[in-house]
Amino acid sequence: MGKLRRRGARELGAWECLPPAALPSLQTVEHGFPNQPSALAFDPELRIMAIGTRSGAVKIYGAPGVEFTGLHRDAATVTQMHFLTGQGRLLSLLDDSSLHLWEIVHHNGCAHLEEALSFQLPSRPGFDGASAPLSLTRVTVVLLVAAGDIAALGTEGSSVFFLDVTTLTLLEGQTLAPGEVLRSVPDDYRCGKALGPVESLQGHLRDPTKILIGYSRGLLVIWNQASQCVDHIFLGNQQLESLCWGRDSSTVVSSHSDGSYAVWSVDAGSSPTLQPTVATTPYGPFPCKAINKILWRNCESGGHFIIFSGGMPRASYGDRHCVSVLRAETLVTLDFTSRIIDFFTVHSTRPEDEFDDPQALAVLLEEELVVLDLQTPGWPAVPAPYLAPLHSSAITCSAHVASVPAKLWARIVSAGEQQSPQPVSSALSWPITGGRNLAQEPSQRGLLLTGHEDGTVRFWDASGVALRPLYKLSTAGLFQTDCEHADSLAQAAEDDWPPFRKVGCFDPYSDDPRLGVQKVALCKYTAQMVVAGTAGQVLVLELSDVPVEQAVSVAIIDLLQDREGFTWKGHERLSPRTGPLPWPAGFQPRVLVQCLPPAAVTAVTLHTEWSLVAFGTSHGFGLFDYQRKSPVLARCTLHPNDSLAMEGPLSRVKSLKKSLRQSFRRIRKSRVSGKKRAANASSKLQEANAQLAEQACPHDVEMTPVQRRIEPRSADDSLSGVVRCLYFADTFLRDGAHHGPTMWAGTNSGSVFAYALEVPAAAVGGEKRPEQAVEAVLGKEVQLMHRAPVVAIAVLDGRGRPLPEPYEASRDLAQAPDMQGGHAVLIASEEQFKVFTLPKVSAKTKFKLTAHEGCRVRKVALATFASVACEDYAETCLACLTNLGDVHVFSVPGLRPQVHYSCIRKEDISGIASCVFTRHGQGFYLISPSEFERFSLSARNITEPLCSLDINWPRDATQASYRIRESPKLSQANGTPSILLAPQSLDGSPDPAHSKGPDTPEPPEAALSPMSIDSATSADTTLDTTGDVTVEDVKDFLGSSEESEKNLRNLAEDEAHACAILIK
Amino acid sequence: KILHKTDVVGFTCFGAEFRRFSLDRHKPGKFEDFYKLVVHTHHISNSDVTIGYADVHGDLLPINNDDNFCKAVSSANPLLRVFIQKREEAERGSLGAGSLCRRRRALGALRDEGPRRRAHLDIGLPRDFRPVSSIIDVDLVPETHRRVRLHRHGCEKPLGFYIRDGASVRVTPHGLEKVPGIFISRMVPGGLAESTGLLAVNDEVLEVNGIEVAGKTLDQVTDMMIANSHNLIVTVKPANQRNNVVRGGRALGSSGPPSDGTAGFVGPPAPRVLQNFHPDEAESDEDNDVVIEGTLEPRLLSSLRADPRHSLALPPGGVEEHGPAVTL
Repeated sequence: MGKLRRRGARELGAWECLPPAALPSLQTVEHGFPNQPSALAFDPELRIMAIGTRSGAVKIYGAPGVEFTGLHRDAATVTQMHFLTGQGRLLSLLDDSSLHLWEIVHHNGCAHLEEALSFQLPSRPGFDGASAPLSLTRVTVVLLVAAGDIAALGTEGSSVFFLDVTTLTLLEGQTLAPGEVLRSVPDDYRCGKALGPVESLQGHLRDPTKILIGYSRGLLVIWNQASQCVDHIFLGNQQLESLCWGRDSSTVVSSHSDGSYAVWSVDAGSSPTLQPTVATTPYGPFPCKAINKILWRNCESGGHFIIFSGGMPRASYGDRHCVSVLRAETLVTLDFTSRIIDFFTVHSTRPEDEFDDPQALAVLLEEELVVLDLQTPGWPAVPAPYLAPLHSSAITCSAHVASVPAKLWARIVSAGEQQSPQPVSSALSWPITGGRNLAQEPSQRGLLLTGHEDGTVRFWDASGVALRPLYKLSTAGLFQTDCEHADSLAQAAEDDWPPFRKVGCFDPYSDDPRLGVQKVALCKYTAQMVVAGTAGQVLVLELSDVPVEQAVSVAIIDLLQDREGFTWKGHERLSPRTGPLPWPAGFQPRVLVQCLPPAAVTAVTLHTEWSLVAFGTSHGFGLFDYQRKSPVLARCTLHPNDSLAMEGPLSRVKSLKKSLRQSFRRIRKSRVSGKKRAANASSKLQEANAQLAEQACPHDVEMTPVQRRIEPRSADDSLSGVVRCLYFADTFLRDGAHHGPTMWAGTNSGSVFAYALEVPAAAVGGEKRPEQAVEAVLGKEVQLMHRAPVVAIAVLDGRGRPLPEPYEASRDLAQAPDMQGGHAVLIASEEQFKVFTLPKVSAKTKFKLTAHEGCRVRKVALATFASVACEDYAETCLACLTNLGDVHVFSVPGLRPQVHYSCIRKEDISGIASCVFTRHGQGFYLISPSEFERFSLSARNITEPLCSLDINWPRDATQASYRIRESPKLSQANGTPSILLAPQSLDGSPDPAHSKGPDTPEPPEAALSPMSIDSATSADTTLDTTGDVTVEDVKDFLGSSEESEKNLRNLAEDEAHACAILIK
Repeated sequence: KILHKTDVVGFTCFGAEFRRFSLDRHKPGKFEDFYKLVVHTHHISNSDVTIGYADVHGDLLPINNDDNFCKAVSSANPLLRVFIQKREEAERGSLGAGSLCRRRRALGALRDEGPRRRAHLDIGLPRDFRPVSSIIDVDLVPETHRRVRLHRHGCEKPLGFYIRDGASVRVTPHGLEKVPGIFISRMVPGGLAESTGLLAVNDEVLEVNGIEVAGKTLDQVTDMMIANSHNLIVTVKPANQRNNVVRGGRALGSSGPPSDGTAGFVGPPAPRVLQNFHPDEAESDEDNDVVIEGTLEPRLLSSLRADPRHSLALPPGGVEEHGPAVTL
């Protein structure tokens, strides 16, 4: 033990030398599509786009890699955002009617988004005291008057207020009250009715003094701000939804709640215009839904674009999310799969240009962003370099592959390009190109694999800030599914009016839940991978650069063995298609192994050097030799009392989701067949869907029963046989002199099985090993006394380092493991970590996390942490995510706590469940169904957006005193209040009239600073580890007689003299 | 000697002296004859011995009359393991090596059989005591609190209690203050917690195995308790403060039931108050757990052996052969 501690101290040197303050703080960055977007803005001059979300986050995107994130202090929905064109400033309106001014500022050459000012409309005079100028009601619309210094606010009470943007102060005396407008309206129009809320405010492109105001009742007014008078009035009678001013300002387009739009001509005459020149209902004559937004863009080539959202016939297509693009006779109804939030066109905005000439249309939907090229005939979609909808089908698992070799990278990229050829015809590339990405080219390629519910695996470039889709692998083609979905799509195309066109890739409804991908593993050196799914299917695939047509060999393994008395009540196994099947270039299936009973695969591991794949379900585990295509081993792990496992409890949980999915599919079918159905059916369904989603997010902590039973885990707990982890290692299992291939399996009830494998050695220089059968012999069985689920197993070499991956050592890609010193096996359970010696399994060190902290281990990984100070110094540590969302780092093999961070909210169960660690001290987890958050535990390996933006806005020195500074980008942008950093005030304290927040910032609730563990407690814990050695029940089956005798003596020492009187 | 379909009987004496012979299952004969046979075979006819046998449950039962001799022979299948002890030793109980309750029971049974010749009180060694659930650290814990150690030695009883969230009133310099706390909410009838009488509903849980629960959630405390369930030490503030242990100058290890005036326990039989419980004992107790329970290991072994697929080579010197008994 003394020796061990000494070694531990040497290894820990680098960590311990660092003062706690120098330890890295948790850097985070988000990938994917913002969850629940609610607002969109575009700056045509800087070519940057902003997306606001319902949780109060603001994200600004430019060229790939250019990203800014900000978070409002109140988690309120961002309802509108407006760029102050060219200034890198953004005005946001929240649904609590507060306005916030954001600035992109440069610190040390890098740009960050910071909140500069905020302004709250004093809503009720009685409440806010005498200082409130007027009774202002809720702000409905905001317009930045062309000069950019003044903002006009339209309110629900028909008033329009004016605001100085630089200071966010109300310009008193300029307010336009509805009475003033009504004075110029003829009496018969007035007839005692209110004008309704201000629905739209539009500025004149060339004349900044003119503002077009639209009231909900239908009245349109051109207001001259300079002369404070009404220039022109249009007496519309239809309830107004939106307005757009034509470029030459001679036409005004209005859209209405009855699905019609009207074109008004602006003539100089002062008499009110009574009738629009054109009024059409594009999808009439039956009642239509409102046209929520309309844009009118003219073209140099003649004609104009009318682009509007909504307006669909209420009865037959009222539930569709459509944007219609009309140019001359060409009408295309873009049919999206999720709700439309907002859209804009990228067009010329210089006042001297005569035409808009729109280049692109960008539509922000609830679940994705779609950009169409309007200059190319057919208006093709432009593939987005970022903002990929990760959740186009729900993510069911993920895996990270670090340091991908360049060759494999190129092959995957080329397979992806063949899969979705870039539209050559499209002249337009991504139109949102603002800013410069300053981040260095990543030193190594990182690949993130996500498995999805529809049976696909998507490959993402996770090297940088922008998560770029590379390749998509679909496994559905191998199976016969009950729903042939492609046919219905073909039918849909036959319906020629309205001219629907499916756009976007968000499709959350899987055809068969059994296709869902549960586990993925990829060998980066051989380009072989294994994909395991919900119905017990384990698929071994290999990357091929050419398409082939081949049959896939199928093997079925019965994991129940000879156990009787169990009946599987879950889903059936998938029936594979027989005969040769065409496979495109990319990952092509070689072998399909199907487990019986077809329970979801819970663990999988691949060893390409030995051509072995191991897989486990809730019933047992199996080992398959995919070179010879023959099963090697099957082992049932079921406890005889565990009946729950047999019935497929997961299928019971999923039944609601399944039925919902089926009903949705029915609706889809009925829609295709053209039958009319009750309009509210789908909205009800969506409601139910939303409720389901709401239930999924665990915010109702109070709802849980407040009583907890205290009972030790027992052998017959339900699901005790679930295989939690599988692991291959070349180590010493039989004796201390001969090492060889081993396989390890850990279960939910704390059992660990270790098998010694006989793998025929490959001939020298040969890739393939000879055609001999692989044999597996049970070597050891460890029953952890506390019976907690085994989360991970890893073998450490003589130097205490984890063994390298297959081929790493043999191809000189990693340091060869130390085979001289004694190996050790690290077993991480949900409650504690333990290092056992090998080949004689006895406890060496341990750390009882749950007993000390009251938290349980969810995910662990061995990660390499490189030192910041020393170039080539790195050490391996154990990173662990707990059920409370904290990340702990432990030394290996000493198991001394090093540092811990609070990382994920503990209520965010799906976030914690989705976490995946990388080999270099980073981690990914889902902060929403569509977004990954990446955190960096390592000080050396940090991924963060580094970018700059050229802003032509003279910064006023006096502004600084008003500004509330917020620390750049540490807060989580999906509105997690607990990790929000408190803003610090600058030397000049913020003016209370302008800043909404309290003067003295509160200390942060949960700072992201590392909590150092004082040495006293860690010393205690080390001492603690010396205590029990024989807690675990270790069985040795194949060791030499001497070894096993020792082992047995170890466990039966106390029993020995008992035997004097008691003979067993 | 030819063995026919009879029972085989093995003997053990002191050290490792074994004898074997056969008996007819259906006609075992008289105990007296059997006794003579035993002392004759072992050449110990000059000493007074007690004879016992291991029954099917592994319990050591005495053979001292015709009836239980008959029972012993008929229950053997086919091996009958017989143990011989010198009477003095048997009475002193010095052979009792472990602290398993069953073993003690067996010894007691043996002792009953012997004539009550010795009047002096023999107190066994401490290791013969089965650790019981107890109040510990009385001298360390404030009088209003109670540190309880729950032992689950061999007993199949569930721990049997539930905890809940609640509000606890604390006295602070600013007056009374309500703080969140963890309380025992329910006892399972017949469970260990109930049967010890040391914990009660509405007791506030302050520590679990030396770690304060203040600031921890109900789930965290649940996990801590379950992680420590093999050796659970909870410090509680009893809801009923009238039964608190009053600290006195009592000698260490005084173990008699305290009088009601000083530290009486109302209700179930009062357990001993062990003072100055040493943490090392706790650690070693934890170690003993598996060995004592012992249910796991033979079952696992047999389940493994049942599966021919694993081609298990049973290690030589396995558990079965480890004992000193030799079969004939």
